[in-house]
Amino acid sequence: MSMNNEIVREFLLEAHENLSLLDSDLVILEERPTEKGTLAQVFRTLHSIKGTAGFIGLPKLQAVAHAGESLLSRLRDGELRFNRSIATALLQVVDAMRFMLASIEKSGNEGDGDYTSLIAELDRLRMTGGGEAAGSAAVPESPPPAAPAVPATLVLPPRAFGGVDFPRASEREASEMTMPLPAMPPLPAASAMPRETIQASPPAPPTVDEEPFEPRPTAVADTNIRVDVTLLDKLMTLVGELVLARNQIIRYSASYGDTGFQDAVQRLSLLTTELQESVMKTRMQPIGNVWNKFPRIVRDLAVGCQKKVRFEMEGQETELDKTLIEAIRDPLTHIVRNAVDHGIEPPDVRRERGKPEEGRLRMHAFHEGGKVIIEIQDDGGGIHVERVRERAIQNKIISPQEAALLSHAELLRLILLPGFSTAEKVTQFSGRGVGMDVVRTNIEKIGGTVDLESVEGQGTTIRTKIPLTLAIVPALMVSSAGQRYAIPQVSLVELVRVESEHASTAIESIQGAPVYRLRGNLLPLVDLNEQLGLAIAQRSDRDLNIVVLQAEDRQFGLVVDEIRDTEEIVVKPLQKQLKGLNTFAGATILGDGRVALILHVVGLAERAGVISGVKARSLVQHQTSGEQPADQGESYLIFSGTLGGQMALPLSQVARLEEIPRESMETVGGRQVVQYRGEILPLVDVSRQLDRLSLGSQTVEASARDRVAELPEVAQVVVCGGGNGPVGLVVGQILDVVHARVAGSTEWNRPGVLFTAVVQEKVTEFVDLQSLVR
Amino acid sequence: MTLSQQYCTFYLGDQCFGLDVLRVQEIIRQQAMTCVPLAHRVVRGLINLRGQIVTAIDLRRRLDLPDRAEDCEAINVVVHTDNGAVSLIVDEIGDVVDVTVQPFERPPETLSGPARELVEGVYKLPGKLLLILNPDLAVSIPGN
Repeated sequence: MSMNNEIVREFLLEAHENLSLLDSDLVILEERPTEKGTLAQVFRTLHSIKGTAGFIGLPKLQAVAHAGESLLSRLRDGELRFNRSIATALLQVVDAMRFMLASIEKSGNEGDGDYTSLIAELDRLRMTGGGEAAGSAAVPESPPPAAPAVPATLVLPPRAFGGVDFPRASEREASEMTMPLPAMPPLPAASAMPRETIQASPPAPPTVDEEPFEPRPTAVADTNIRVDVTLLDKLMTLVGELVLARNQIIRYSASYGDTGFQDAVQRLSLLTTELQESVMKTRMQPIGNVWNKFPRIVRDLAVGCQKKVRFEMEGQETELDKTLIEAIRDPLTHIVRNAVDHGIEPPDVRRERGKPEEGRLRMHAFHEGGKVIIEIQDDGGGIHVERVRERAIQNKIISPQEAALLSHAELLRLILLPGFSTAEKVTQFSGRGVGMDVVRTNIEKIGGTVDLESVEGQGTTIRTKIPLTLAIVPALMVSSAGQRYAIPQVSLVELVRVESEHASTAIESIQGAPVYRLRGNLLPLVDLNEQLGLAIAQRSDRDLNIVVLQAEDRQFGLVVDEIRDTEEIVVKPLQKQLKGLNTFAGATILGDGRVALILHVVGLAERAGVISGVKARSLVQHQTSGEQPADQGESYLIFSGTLGGQMALPLSQVARLEEIPRESMETVGGRQVVQYRGEILPLVDVSRQLDRLSLGSQTVEASARDRVAELPEVAQVVVCGGGNGPVGLVVGQILDVVHARVAGSTEWNRPGVLFTAVVQEKVTEFVDLQSLVR
Repeated sequence: MTLSQQYCTFYLGDQCFGLDVLRVQEIIRQQAMTCVPLAHRVVRGLINLRGQIVTAIDLRRRLDLPDRAEDCEAINVVVHTDNGAVSLIVDEIGDVVDVTVQPFERPPETLSGPARELVEGVYKLPGKLLLILNPDLAVSIPGN
């Protein structure tokens, strides 16, 4: 039984509530025997107790409940009429069950009470209805001589029982009849006639329990109460405030030398921490509450897909906040469905692949670094990365050029984007294309993250990280224009500090938009003061503080005046007057009592144009293969060729800008290459390649050595994603990025050029990447 | 019309305004205010009212009156709303007046600007007029 402790506890709690309900319902029925609704409710209640008792293996309880239920079913069907003797017998059932529950709670078993006579009486009543056999109503065998023959005397006016509450009178009495007497607390005033009845009634005191015990109230029922969640929320808020007040006092206490005061502060601090933890715990629930339904889901799915799946769960006892439990229910269900439906292969396929026919699906929850990690692991087919790549291109989520540049992990992450599904067939259960992106959105909504690993043929692991609670979040405090702002730590990637002497060179500008080169990536910079319309501080002579943030798929650098420390903050919503502000997620009260706004990173990014609403979640907003976009224009990288002349390339085809020194270039098979991020990157000099293309094959190819010599000391290289892998275009100089709708002419075209147009008062050739690298 | 109400009065410049006293939670001195960038100009900021974050609306700006002088210390009149407490920033606080037997008049037709919407009526007190404000409209953002 210890294994199912939690279940038993819940059963006890529920059964106690149900028994109290039965008590009152039976009394009502006794008074108004024709109340169908109450009768039905009694029946249901008893039935549910019986069901659970059978489920956890409590045969005696089940037998008693069953006998009662049988009697009730005849009543319900109108074959019998509710009368006093039936009521008494049923109340005896209630008390017998209550007695067994007490025993279960105490010793883990039903006790060795004998209820055969009770069951026999119930059966007898079921057969006869009990109406005529008035005398034997409450006391099945051998009614004692002292017992009154008329059942009416059993419900003597309450006074006779010495202050026992009236509606309970018959029940109390009944309970005493079946309860082991030796243990009963004496009822002095009730020692008259009814007392004798009682003494005569039990067939034999079933057990002789040495210790005196209280049959009625039991530990579980006494130690559990149902509390409104809003009350807990309020407690949580108050404790949050208390924590802040405590922090304030600690700060002040430092300036007082008084040790007595210091000690008091210390104690207050400890108590507050403990109180906070305890209050947090009240909202915590084991994750098993959500998981319980998964074995069934997995089973049904497996049967539906004709697969064999063994489902394992570990760490069900891991606790997290109630609201979060609700929030992860759907995403987890989706992941589990995916795993069974798409992940685990049918038995015959598994056999072919040399795996056991039965697939394995494992859910594992544990705490790590103040977060709850939930891993869902299957040993199925894994994710077919190439298919992901194809599908992404097909669904226009990324361009073929970009697809070529993505790493294994990056490709895997594509399935988290909207409108992506790799399932080859749509099944009843999943595969409709609304999949992992919904999971990701939902998990991110509660401040969590989703990661996935997959080895083709070996399985997939999906890892979700979820904060323990939403009410208190760690945040980085920054200040801008004299005000402090909180940035939730979940959005934070890293902090970068640029020394004042480097600041002017480190920050480059593309058409007025500042960018910072962060390990080879261009990081768009967003100035917090500017975005918030605050006074722009003169930063030229100061160090530059960049907070690198993650907004959906993009990273950007937020430039702030000052980076302070991290703090645990209590998130409070903004009032109606400020609801329209997408840049703030809420407000919080800091240790010094001041209010600080919490930045909404995604909203800020949208405002700054780093990401743009719905489109933002796909990696590239428009598909490009050189043709002119229909209406909204496109961004182009403008550069000069090594031999002069202004050229342009759609920015979407550009992966990176690099400076590559000549000495690191190598010549292989007449082509220049460079080792680039662990791969071989072929280099193409745009100007010379265009010349070669236009002159055709007549030209004598310059020797490879000459070609390297033609290059400058440090070559400016535009790394592009070509159809056949990345390629580096060697250019003269990177000039600018323009966003324009270009209407060019094809009149002046030479091979390798799509069209010619005037950009920034210069004739510009828009090069065709495909033909350049062919 | 028999309105047996008490009004909490306050001043913006020389003009006396009143709010139903039952809607006024408390009066507090100027608080440390946190500005909310990008918010409507009537929102002066957020204040910490014993752990509750309260939005402060500048009533002068709400009524399209010129801003008060920099050195003038403002007063927060905290008003109950369905959406929690909201503070109205005023110049100076007056008495609570009992206007049970006072004659009440509709605002004059010539009243223009936001005041026309916000002012529910006018009481003719000895020597001055008392403009009764609708608290829910006073704490709302113009245009919403």
